[in-house]
Amino acid sequence: MEIEKFQYDNKIVKQFAYATMLWGVVGMLAGLLAALQLVWPVFNFETAQTTFGRVRPVHTNAVIFAFVGNGIFMGVYYSLQRLLKARMFSDLLSKIHFWGWQLVIVLAAVTLLMGKTTGKEYAELEWPIDILITIVWVVFGWNMFGTIVRRRERHLYVAIWFYIATFVTVALLHIVNSIEIPVSFWKSYSWYAGVQDALVQWWYGHNAVAFFLTTPYLGLMYYFLPKAANRPVYSYRLSIIHFWALIFIYIWAGPHHLLYTAVPDWAQSLGVVFSVMLIAPSWGGMINGLLTLRGAWDKVRDDVVLKFLVVAITAYGMATFEGPMLSIKNINAISHFTDWTVAHVHVGALGWNGFLTFGILYWLIPRMFRTRLYSNKLANMHFWIGTLGIILYTVPLYWAGIMQSLMWKEFTPEGQLKWQFMDTVTKMLPFYAGRAVGGTLFLVGTLMMCYNLIKTVKAGNFLANEEAEAPALTSSYKAHHNDHWHRWIERRPVQLMILSLVVVLIGGVIEIVPTFLVKSNIPTISSVKPYTPLELQGRDIYVREGCYTCHSQMVRPFRDETARYGEYSKAGEFVYDHPFQWGSKRTGPDLARLGGKYPDSWHYNHMMDPTSMSPGSIMPTYPWLLDDQIDAASTVGKIKAMQRLGVPYPKGYEKQALSDMKKQAEEIAASLKKDGIQTLADKEIIALIAYLQKLGKDIKAAPKAELEKLSN
Amino acid sequence: MSVILILLAASLTIAIGFLLAFIWSVKNGQYDDDYTPSVRMLFENDIQNSQQVITGSPSVPVSTNAGMENKIKKQTE
Repeated sequence: MEIEKFQYDNKIVKQFAYATMLWGVVGMLAGLLAALQLVWPVFNFETAQTTFGRVRPVHTNAVIFAFVGNGIFMGVYYSLQRLLKARMFSDLLSKIHFWGWQLVIVLAAVTLLMGKTTGKEYAELEWPIDILITIVWVVFGWNMFGTIVRRRERHLYVAIWFYIATFVTVALLHIVNSIEIPVSFWKSYSWYAGVQDALVQWWYGHNAVAFFLTTPYLGLMYYFLPKAANRPVYSYRLSIIHFWALIFIYIWAGPHHLLYTAVPDWAQSLGVVFSVMLIAPSWGGMINGLLTLRGAWDKVRDDVVLKFLVVAITAYGMATFEGPMLSIKNINAISHFTDWTVAHVHVGALGWNGFLTFGILYWLIPRMFRTRLYSNKLANMHFWIGTLGIILYTVPLYWAGIMQSLMWKEFTPEGQLKWQFMDTVTKMLPFYAGRAVGGTLFLVGTLMMCYNLIKTVKAGNFLANEEAEAPALTSSYKAHHNDHWHRWIERRPVQLMILSLVVVLIGGVIEIVPTFLVKSNIPTISSVKPYTPLELQGRDIYVREGCYTCHSQMVRPFRDETARYGEYSKAGEFVYDHPFQWGSKRTGPDLARLGGKYPDSWHYNHMMDPTSMSPGSIMPTYPWLLDDQIDAASTVGKIKAMQRLGVPYPKGYEKQALSDMKKQAEEIAASLKKDGIQTLADKEIIALIAYLQKLGKDIKAAPKAELEKLSN
Repeated sequence: MSVILILLAASLTIAIGFLLAFIWSVKNGQYDDDYTPSVRMLFENDIQNSQQVITGSPSVPVSTNAGMENKIKKQTE
């Protein structure tokens, strides 16, 4: 057996590590800004680019795809080479991957701040960037599989399986959810409409959590935890079983984001069942992680890396216990649309992803720079300040979320809603302030880490190419016939295969059969009409400003919601919505029944200064809508795109669209004039008012008999 | 609900793909030994210590830091 000499590429790992730190700080700063805006609207700075609706997508995209994304690549590029005893397949591909991903991030930040968005949460980036992401992702996969093929270690360690699952599934999710029809270079409409768009979006959204924030990090845990503790994982067998169980179950859980919405009941129940099942494989990972430290807990006392990893794994356990609980309909009825969800997400984001990344960085940087960590004391301070930050962040939001939901649902003995929506908003402010303090602490900790690591780097001596040697892989494989693992494998894989087949088939049958009854799943409502050209332009402004980050458009069939907003939402209302705008959070009230509730002038004044119409409001001001002109030139293209998507505008309508738009705009300008507001009819505010007044208007015009039939 | 067909096709493709990967991994003997890999990954491929690593018994915890620390010591000396 000949020993081959080769070198591990540390340079690419170092680059991804630096990017992780940089984007971590940037993403957290954006989050902190958004948190401050919720307490003091003055932090919106009355500028379009710095308003919450645009900052929030920047924050989510930055922390998920920039911070965690680079964290994944850092860990994968380091561990993959060593687990496979091979250098990365191609230095060029590594380079393209790194710079391509940073380009995606920069483009994303710029376009999101400019209001170029698809309006689908966590998939806001417009189609040219979507294509770029796909290319960069394929480069990553090519590089990874190339390395796997050239490996010198036959066995694929469990971490690698997690990386493979991540690559394959994220590619598919991204492509399916990003199918959109371009209108111009920076504008597109989702291919799907309404309920269908919602299903695809949350199938994507949930699995983005599963396959971007969870599986790759589990892979990293299975490499870096044993390394840091210097002991093998508690049960390698458990790691294999929980891996396969996790990936077979995760993909079906998406509809739990849409409970009590206009999504068909059976799809909701399916999501619930699989979500509850998820607790088993998720906890399999957590238990395996924590038990790896059995008999070595004394090390945790001294080693700051292990401290971070332990809290990360514990946070993972808490979040994956809470997730299935929140998927149960009764609990979801309380938690959905509130800050409970935000708290839940941040246990995972700050605890699991954040702390695991920090632990890896503290372990990795001194090693690659062949020195010791600059200051253990500082790292320990980071650990405690970060942990305190997580607690101060989440506890107020749990409290606030439950409180707000209960206030929404409270009735007086006379049967009236006890609280105005605004009452619940003002009650939230102290909690929002507490959350901002928690977030600040977490960010301070991150900055301390950056300082600590920069000092470490300065003191160290970087090893760009690490010498290694290993025998080449012989091509033939001979199974060991007499050891007892063979007997184990004779029994279990067959059972596992049958079980996973059954699970997949059950999922398949349950989802296929009802589709034979396609028509009955989306009952159309005769009075629901396509958007007029002006309403369509207004809707695009609504999407551009990220209104969906604070307002839902989905009245659930609860007593308090129908009393507060009106008739609950029906699937048939959304058939022309590309994309859907149901939202996932009610920082402000639901808007599904807004149309006709207030006069046009109310909306005009409200967008100029929300507190003038609703005192105590924390909504930002939108003065630019009053000055900027509607992009009338895009109207024809937009109508044509909608026609291609099957929206039933009459043939040749695009020629008439502009004059129709002008006519409707002048009507609104005239109505504003009656209330003493002088404005030109070509301003964006006019289009937005047209759209807001359309919301829920059609259902109010629907014949009673038709609605009753729908409710049965 | 025709989109369910798309989601279903996509999800099933993934699931079947993983199933095939699983079958491959079992047939390839990936899981014949479900203990050694967890220990082997701890051995750093350090050239100075490669002899010791190869002959080292998996049941005896081998400090992966040993090589690193030796190097640091040598540098400082």
